[in-house]
Amino acid sequence: MNRPYVLFLNVLIIATCGLIYELLAGTVASYVLGDSVTHFSLVIGLYLSALGVGSWLSKYIEAGLASKFVEVELGVALLGGFSAPALFFAFAHLKYFQVVLFLLVFAVGVLVGLEIPLLMRILKDDLEFKDLISKILSFDYLGALFASILFPIVLVPRLGLIRTSLLFGLLNALVGLWATYLLEPRIGGVILLRLRAGLVIVLLVIGLIKANSLTSLAEEQFYIDNIIYARTTPYQRIVVTQGKNSFSLFLNEHLQFSSADEYRYHEALVHPAIAVHGSPSRVMILGGGDGLALREVLKYSSVKEVVLVDLDPGMTSLSAKLPLLAKLNGDAYSDPRVRVVNQDAMIWLEQANDGRFDIAIVDFPDPSSFSLGKLYTTRFYKLLKARLTDNAAVAVQATSPLFARTAYWCIVRTLEAAGFFVRPYQTAVPSFGVWGFVLGKLQPFDIPTSLQLELKYLDEETLKTMFVFPRDMQAVEVEVNRLDNQILVRYYESEWRKWEN
Amino acid sequence: MGELTRREILKAFLGMAALQTISCDRKATLPEGKLVDLTLLEQGHRIRDGLQIEPTKRQPVSVVIVGCGVAGLVAGWTLRQAGFEDFLLLELDSTVGGTARSGRNSFISYPWGAHYVPVPRKENADLIEFLQQIGVVEGKDETGEPIVAEQYLCRDPEERVFYKGHWYEGLYLSVAASQEDLAEWNRFHQEIDYWVEWRDARGRRAFDIPLENSSDDPEVTKLDRISMREYLAHKGFKSARLLWYIEYGCRDDYGLKLDTTSAWAGLFYFASRMKRAGEDAQQLMAWPAGNGYLVDRLYSKVSDKVWLNSAAVTIIPTEAYVDIDVLRDGREAIGLRAQRAIFAAPQFLRKYVLRTPVEQRFLEAFEYGSWMVANLTLRDRPYSLGFPLAWDNVLYESPSLGYVVATHQALMDYGPTVFTYYYPVIEDNPRQARQKMLSIGWQEWVEIVLADLKRAHRNIAQLTERIDVMRWGHAMILPRPGFIWSKERQLAKQPIGRVHFAASDLSGVALFEEAFYQGRRAAREVLVALGIV
Ligand SMILES: Cc1cc2nc3c(=O)[nH]c(=O)nc-3n(C[C@H](O)[C@H](O)[C@H](O)COP(=O)(O)OP(=O)(O)OC[C@H]3O[C@@H](n4cnc5c(N)ncnc54)[C@H](O)[C@@H]3O)c2cc1C
Repeated sequence: MNRPYVLFLNVLIIATCGLIYELLAGTVASYVLGDSVTHFSLVIGLYLSALGVGSWLSKYIEAGLASKFVEVELGVALLGGFSAPALFFAFAHLKYFQVVLFLLVFAVGVLVGLEIPLLMRILKDDLEFKDLISKILSFDYLGALFASILFPIVLVPRLGLIRTSLLFGLLNALVGLWATYLLEPRIGGVILLRLRAGLVIVLLVIGLIKANSLTSLAEEQFYIDNIIYARTTPYQRIVVTQGKNSFSLFLNEHLQFSSADEYRYHEALVHPAIAVHGSPSRVMILGGGDGLALREVLKYSSVKEVVLVDLDPGMTSLSAKLPLLAKLNGDAYSDPRVRVVNQDAMIWLEQANDGRFDIAIVDFPDPSSFSLGKLYTTRFYKLLKARLTDNAAVAVQATSPLFARTAYWCIVRTLEAAGFFVRPYQTAVPSFGVWGFVLGKLQPFDIPTSLQLELKYLDEETLKTMFVFPRDMQAVEVEVNRLDNQILVRYYESEWRKWEN
Repeated sequence: MGELTRREILKAFLGMAALQTISCDRKATLPEGKLVDLTLLEQGHRIRDGLQIEPTKRQPVSVVIVGCGVAGLVAGWTLRQAGFEDFLLLELDSTVGGTARSGRNSFISYPWGAHYVPVPRKENADLIEFLQQIGVVEGKDETGEPIVAEQYLCRDPEERVFYKGHWYEGLYLSVAASQEDLAEWNRFHQEIDYWVEWRDARGRRAFDIPLENSSDDPEVTKLDRISMREYLAHKGFKSARLLWYIEYGCRDDYGLKLDTTSAWAGLFYFASRMKRAGEDAQQLMAWPAGNGYLVDRLYSKVSDKVWLNSAAVTIIPTEAYVDIDVLRDGREAIGLRAQRAIFAAPQFLRKYVLRTPVEQRFLEAFEYGSWMVANLTLRDRPYSLGFPLAWDNVLYESPSLGYVVATHQALMDYGPTVFTYYYPVIEDNPRQARQKMLSIGWQEWVEIVLADLKRAHRNIAQLTERIDVMRWGHAMILPRPGFIWSKERQLAKQPIGRVHFAASDLSGVALFEEAFYQGRRAAREVLVALGIV
């Protein structure tokens, strides 16, 4: 093949890559920040203007055009290739995600902007000017078309953002390497350049391999929405996904909340207990590392201290630091009344000597394993009892009385067996379905009828109806859950299995 | 270790199957750890080899108890309960507990031997009283049966079994069991139910705990003359997995095989642990430290009376008193002169320690099994496929008994843990078994343990930070056919002059309940002899 024509193939690939990076940045931004219109148009605008800046800067490159071109290719490969991983990283760890986003988009844009002018100058002697410009530009625009078709139809659904990003970076780097052969006579120090290209390729390949350990393709298929954060702590797999209008948290693939309706769940969990107590001062939250129950508790000025006990420091620190989550929980973790203990709540109840509490909010994941099942046993509730003031109230999340009716009533009966007086209640949380809770006290008590605060979901009318159980959720005969029978885990498993099929 | 000998050792201890998993991976670095039995072995050998000491003077003390295993500690506590204070307990080792001792690392206690006790039935009032005192038993239910505090009952899941690459819940391998298997399984339970309901003319059960309360009716005692295998064959049991299950029971409780376990003892294992036909067996009580928890509670009741590192080297009963020569801290010779002594150490030691003209050759009938116990400290839970980690984890295809998990009862479900791995070395001749066990040292045992566990946990070696190894030379009395109802066992319980005998081997089965019973019985004998009760 004629050398210039092969170089036009280069143009096509370069152009495809360039647009892919732009689309990636826009998509990541709209994934993690939600507001897609604003971010997409900002990203596009910034990118296009950066292309202009790049083109303008190209005139300052005087000599060694060919090797400069290859260097630019390698630079784009690195920056663009790692752009999506870098953006996800920045999102999870840095406060100023937007700053990183815009800097990155701008830098990639400048480098991509350099490419075409440099290539044109390299080829200017091989072709007539009108030919050159028409070919280069048409391949450039054709590449853009490729990218815009491939991106939504093949790349995002099949590969996900991180792998797409790394793959195109790799493509870019290969083009750079290829160019060292095509332009060999015009390049000085070609060996060194090839070594550098090799290094960039190796880095990107390592990135691709690592990407699998971050999230597997299978995992990405599992979630309906896009994964914007994923991490395996020593205790669990934490995944945050972003949908159109809301985001969700999953622990070991179990939905913990959706930002769309979590307020229903957390208002129902927290406020009835506080209402039956009146004016609590010390509150414990067991589980609930997302900080959302905490947000509700902190609304009360009578509350002087909240101890939140969650097994996983990965979870509590994520809730404190991930801007998305911190915003949702109202920066609850920075409230000076809050103290976080990262320990198995049952062992904490057994060992810690931390005085007595007026309220206990018990918000564990559903009893889907033996290590979670122990947190719903008579032994657990007896340990809890020993930490309560006489007038204390507890609220326990108790899975769905509709989907897991036996499991729900097993939790209710277990609390009773441990010596609590109970008031079961339920409410609708669309992303979960009908959800159940149990209110408990150490003496008989009436259901709460008034609320101290104006809330988003609960009002006094709704409060009363929560304690009414329609016929298909009413009590059934169950055994009490104990450490030595873990009957709850077995109920739960058999009931949810029915619904999953 | 050379490659050939290494392979030979693994083959000798684990069989051919294990070789496949290890042959191609030589682990360069072994975890830390050591043999923890060396001082104990050395002490034992010194006594066996006729160590003589000559104390210059003799201290008077009313009662001396030799041995601070469960039996000795219970004997001491029983004396104290009766208001009797002039006694001493001698323990040759630096810790108490004997085969029920425990160890501890920075985050958890773990057993070195005994690790569970079934909940006693209401008839075992003495034991229940003790358990109540230490808060393990919280009360009685409406039928009078003890209620054990929830945290001391073995937490579910109790057991799982590993078979062909997968873990399954329970100990009986029920996966893909055939109709015949299940039918035999049910029939075996009917067989046990028969013995659970069986009563003799005096209303005694066929198999009871303490064993002393069991019926001596020939219909039952004749079972002691045949092996468990003969009994099962006679009853037409053939299901391989049923036989495995029953043999596992024999290996676990006695360190014997079906061929070498007395049928009486084999049935005792199942039938003594049930209240009534058709019910579940009594639940198990377990602690991170195993029975070391009970040892610690017993010890706390008498610790002011205990001399550690104090071996009774000779015991000489005379008409008027009993003299005991004690070697303390390996060098100091102390003489004691007591009214009575309780020998709460295993009977095989009598011939070295007890100086008496009374013929004691009948004690040869007391034979003991050899057990290797390894404690593995793991950085994290190992990979495993199928049913999750339980308290007791058994490998169907292994000569070991698998392992118990120390953190299970401490409710610690994540991160570092300790596995206590049990391997009874079983040979027809107990002496050979002992030699086989002692012929290899720490490194070889570590390789065996890791090769065995690797079948179920491919990353076990990487996660194991430390392995300590205990080789119990006289771990447990062996209830081979003929021993339980033997004359010899009856004879051994008889006091010799002013010396009374208390250790659990007198019962013929190595159980906490039996050690407890024997310790109490001997202490009562002494209290009667001294005219205190
Ligand atoms: C590996 C293993 C696992 C077991 N698992 C269980 C179980 O799960 N459940 C259960 O119920 N039972 C179990 N057993 C049996 C249980 O340990 C015994 O039944 C019981 O603890 C024995 O107590 P003992 O006091 O009779 O004897 P030992 O425990 O043998 O105590 C004798 C003590 O005497 C000391 N001693 C010996 N000679 C002298 C001397 N000359 N001077 C001073 N002191 C001396 C010894 O050092 C020792 O401390 C197990 C045993 C082993 C070895």
